[in-house]
Amino acid sequence: MGLYILRRLGFIFLTLFLASVIIFIVTQFLPGDVARIILGQFATEAAIDNLREELGLNQPAYRQYLNWAGGFIRGDWGDSLVSRMPVRPIVMQRLGNSIMLAGLALCIYVPLGIVLGVIAALKQNKLPDQLISGISMAFVGLPEFVSGLLLITFLAIGAGWFPANSSIDPDAKFFESLPYLILPAVTVSLTGLGYVARMTRSGTIDVLGSDYTRAAELKGLPGRQVLVRHVLRNSLLPTVTIVAMGIGWLLGGLIVTEAVYGYPGLGRLLVYGIQRQDLPIIQAASMIVVAAYSFSNLAADIIYGLLNPRIRVGG
Amino acid sequence: MADREPVLKVENLTITYDTEKGPLHTVRNVSLQIAPGEIYGLVGESGSGKTTFARGVVRYLPSNGKITTGRISLSGTDLATLSHKQIRKVWGSRVTMVHQDPNASINPSMLIGDQIAEAMRVHLGLNKKQAGQKAIEMLNKVRMPDPELVARRYAHQLSGGMLQRVLIATAMATNPEFMIMDEPTTALDVTTEAVILDLIRELMSEYNTAILFITHNLGVIARICDRIGVLYAGELMEEGPIHEVFRNRLHPYTRGLLGCVPRVDASKKSITLSSIPGFIPRPNQLPPGCIFAPRCDLVEEACQLERPPLVEIGPSHLSSCRRVDCLRTRTKEVEQAREERIEELGPVVLEARNIKKYFPFSGGLTALVRGKKSVKAVDDISIRMRSSFTLGIVGESGCGKTTLARCIAGLEEATSGEIDLEGEHLDYSVSRREPAVLKKIQMVFQNPDASLNPQLPAGYSVARPLTLLRNMSKKQVQERVKELFAAVSLPPDYIDRLPHELSGGEKQRVAIARAFAADPVLMICDEPISSLDVSVQASLMNLLAELQGTAGTAYLFISHDLAAVRHLSDWIAVVYLGRLWEIGSAEDVFVPPYHPYTEALLSAIPIPDPDIEQDRIRLKGSVPSALNVPPGCRFHTRCPRKIGAVCETEEPPWREMEGGHRICCHIPIDELKTLQGGGLLKKAGQGGNR
Repeated sequence: MGLYILRRLGFIFLTLFLASVIIFIVTQFLPGDVARIILGQFATEAAIDNLREELGLNQPAYRQYLNWAGGFIRGDWGDSLVSRMPVRPIVMQRLGNSIMLAGLALCIYVPLGIVLGVIAALKQNKLPDQLISGISMAFVGLPEFVSGLLLITFLAIGAGWFPANSSIDPDAKFFESLPYLILPAVTVSLTGLGYVARMTRSGTIDVLGSDYTRAAELKGLPGRQVLVRHVLRNSLLPTVTIVAMGIGWLLGGLIVTEAVYGYPGLGRLLVYGIQRQDLPIIQAASMIVVAAYSFSNLAADIIYGLLNPRIRVGG
Repeated sequence: MADREPVLKVENLTITYDTEKGPLHTVRNVSLQIAPGEIYGLVGESGSGKTTFARGVVRYLPSNGKITTGRISLSGTDLATLSHKQIRKVWGSRVTMVHQDPNASINPSMLIGDQIAEAMRVHLGLNKKQAGQKAIEMLNKVRMPDPELVARRYAHQLSGGMLQRVLIATAMATNPEFMIMDEPTTALDVTTEAVILDLIRELMSEYNTAILFITHNLGVIARICDRIGVLYAGELMEEGPIHEVFRNRLHPYTRGLLGCVPRVDASKKSITLSSIPGFIPRPNQLPPGCIFAPRCDLVEEACQLERPPLVEIGPSHLSSCRRVDCLRTRTKEVEQAREERIEELGPVVLEARNIKKYFPFSGGLTALVRGKKSVKAVDDISIRMRSSFTLGIVGESGCGKTTLARCIAGLEEATSGEIDLEGEHLDYSVSRREPAVLKKIQMVFQNPDASLNPQLPAGYSVARPLTLLRNMSKKQVQERVKELFAAVSLPPDYIDRLPHELSGGEKQRVAIARAFAADPVLMICDEPISSLDVSVQASLMNLLAELQGTAGTAYLFISHDLAAVRHLSDWIAVVYLGRLWEIGSAEDVFVPPYHPYTEALLSAIPIPDPDIEQDRIRLKGSVPSALNVPPGCRFHTRCPRKIGAVCETEEPPWREMEGGHRICCHIPIDELKTLQGGGLLKKAGQGGNR
């Protein structure tokens, strides 16, 4: 297992390296002259030449990449082209916000999704199952800007229980920001819930039909013991994978939800950077998102391995 | 045993499934009794209702299944009327079950010890420590090596045979009155099966449990059961003490089943297997008279009018055949003798020399740390085959049989060696062989479901090789497909059927027709009959023998069923851990002297005749990993006839005998002869009671 994790870590660094090359190529080279982007259409040739020299844009491509990547590893992520502020604190603060939102959303949809999925599996093809499966499918299909706006209309503007806008104060403590987090977290959970419930349902149905569940029932064990020790222990394995892989999505992929609520997360920072062509912001934010996806995948595999004796103990 | 009060008494049990097409009475009016310490064998083809009956007896039916009539008395308790809560208390304490597939029946993420202890904690009220202790005792009881260690392992760390011991230990742990074993050895190798059957026999006499033993294998029944019931389409056809039933066979269905099983002392050269024509009727399409009448060769008009009852025809021997008297006078042998063919050696078709196939074992970092290793699946095997000749390959699973076949077919690229087909050198890989070469080697696989395209009609599958490999015109193809369907005895309208509209045996016939479509000189049959019912097996073996007679094709026949191999093969090669240990004509291999491994394989064959007493040579453990092949003679770790250090250090020499029969062993031929004596088949004395 140790060796396995080591190998996976090796692959993650390879992934990060390849991603950094792609990000660098896309941002530095493809859209045209970086110096022109920074200085605008009306800058003089001389000013642009000066800036090119200053930014090292006249050096060969691999040197530029090494400079950039080296700086990135050392923690020097450059300055924002728009605000002239260092990029790292901005990205880190947004990452913190995203983690808060992701954490709350996970706390809502994972337990709920598992419970609903197990109920649906136990009542397979009966009314509770049809309700749960139908509704969760509808939620998966509903775009976040629709569900978000509906929630804002009814729960924030209509009932007035939660604030409609979630642009939280950067200095606020977690509990002070909690009310602002709830609506976005619920919006995200509606999507996540569907995936978790459906995965749990199908996994549980498989295991309920397995020979070892039949064997456990014919041992005369109490129903609850059969369910917990024999069924769930095996049927939740695929769910664990789905949940862990969802973390990457929660951290970097909530662009729409964050936009609907004006929530200052990583996704919105990325959009903001792209709109203003703020290259260091785009680079740093994309690298963080790639890392989030890679590590949540690794987490998924490790947890799966820990729960599955076939991998944990080996043959 | 009949005088003892029975543990289980089933009276007129009828089990019905509610389906979209209306109620299906899958089991009808079955009555039987099982005494303490008695093993009752229930036999029948698939679809006969064996498993439904067993599940119905313990009230473990799916929600659309119910017991419509009948009483099930377990030492006085009527199971049929118990509430769901009450029956749960009976499960695991008074009634336990051992299932077919030990791999799937054990929870993969729970320790073995805990799974055995579980039932004891619930039913015997033991605490965790006591139950754990008792679980280890139980593992000891089923002769598990290192029980303490095994208790702390998971299912994937144990072999199939060990897992089946675990299931037996679990079932015995609460000392139940009644136990159901549903095909407990079907998924195991013949050698492991023999060991498990011995174990069951021993434990049952010790624990005095009543056992319902379900199997389709008559040989297994003959070896282990005291009484036998023959189930057909949901009704009992014949029941009686094992020796009585096997000797007299007083129902045509029993007779038919036994006639289907190939014998270890005769082959295709001398006999044709009898097979039962037609299919088991579905419960909603039963004939009005005797339900076996449409498939019976003794049928007369009266049989088709009224359903005959199951009546006593001898001491505790029941049969439902109206024509018992006719059966009594008929001779036992129903098989047809075949004209002996005059042996004539055909030209050499295939010559495979020193075939090796090594699979690299894991790459990347692991290989750097632990060094490169390889799995030696096939390690230096040479065979030669002639036309109209069948070479049977036998050995336990994992010994390299299939890999060798795949190397010859080119599906697996051999690591080294030479393959010559009709004197022409063959490339290792099938993708680099010419179409003219491809057509000469064809394969029939074990699972016809997986080898036929489910979306395309059967005729299309047979036509493919004709267009691809033989460049026939459309009209010629149509003609030839018709001929091929006729050759495998399928009606012409089957050409347009989809695979799911065919039965397992019919699908395999289509697969055989497809193989013959290419007009091969060599056909590789990899367990072609293993997944089918005995009567279907028999008809397919007859078909293969017949087709070989007309087409002159050479067969490479792989099977773990030694009796089937004996029946079809001219020569037999015995393989263990990627090497050949014995090769010779089928007649020579099945009589002493033989290699100690062959000897063990043969003594493990379940022979469907309880009057035959076989040598009990049992192999310990399972086949060692092909990653760590034992030095010296590879078989020394399990050899019952090991002679000493020489076996562990030196590779044994090949010893030649008359007729090309060769054995690779350190023991000289003459010594083997004296050690092995008269051989496999010893008729027991007159008695026949165990």
